[in-house]
Amino acid sequence: MTPLAGFLLVAALLFSIGLAGALTRRNAILVLIGIELMLNAANLNLIAFWRYGPHPEALTGMMFAIFSIAVAAAEAAVGLGLVIHLHRHAHTTDLDAMNRMRG
Amino acid sequence: MSFVFYILAALTVAGGLAAILLKNTVHCALALTVAFAGLALLFLELDAQFAGFAQILVYIGAVAILVVFAILLTKGSETPKGSVYSRHSFAGLVIAAAVFAMLGWAVIHSVAAVPRGPAATPSVTVLDIGNALMSRYVLPLEIVALLLTAALIGAVIIAMHEKERAK
Repeated sequence: MTPLAGFLLVAALLFSIGLAGALTRRNAILVLIGIELMLNAANLNLIAFWRYGPHPEALTGMMFAIFSIAVAAAEAAVGLGLVIHLHRHAHTTDLDAMNRMRG
Repeated sequence: MSFVFYILAALTVAGGLAAILLKNTVHCALALTVAFAGLALLFLELDAQFAGFAQILVYIGAVAILVVFAILLTKGSETPKGSVYSRHSFAGLVIAAAVFAMLGWAVIHSVAAVPRGPAATPSVTVLDIGNALMSRYVLPLEIVALLLTAALIGAVIIAMHEKERAK
């Protein structure tokens, strides 16, 4: 197994763990944690491809990962703001208890 | 594959697993920090110094703290009495396992798994990254700045107390 394949396997495992967390947990914050894990797994892929790709001096994968980190930070801020608003509105963060779209 | 890689991979995967398996939400946030730190070390192992330190600053310094704040503001710090998994958790597990099987199969059977000569260590300094950000990637940089401002204002507006509307 090459180093690139090793990193890609770790990223795939981390992505699946995040997906399982996002799909199985009840708490909305845990769902956001799962989404963060998936985003990080994608970043690991980008950096690994940059490192073992043919032209690392072009910095393409590295830049993609850096911008992805910035966008993920914005996503986390808005997502957690939504969870706090939801908690104030429905007095719970249990996603199974939220079964209507009406306020 | 070096010994360091296996240790870091095990640390990251264990942190990720603990982050979604533990019952107490605060413990989950702490395990998430471990996973982020493992990822930052994996970035450093890949000779991506800037991305590694940006990961530490942004994820451990900001996102993990934000998650802890959100947990405490939503009174989620107590361990829940009932099940922490949703009603459809079995379907979710099956989907996640299927996704991992497909991704793993694709990685193992791809050209990336064929051994080649060792790749030369890229000599990329922070100066190169700064030059690239200010020349070739200056438009994405400005857009990200705009996005971060919009997200900041949007998050504050969403989480702000609603004013009592005129009845």
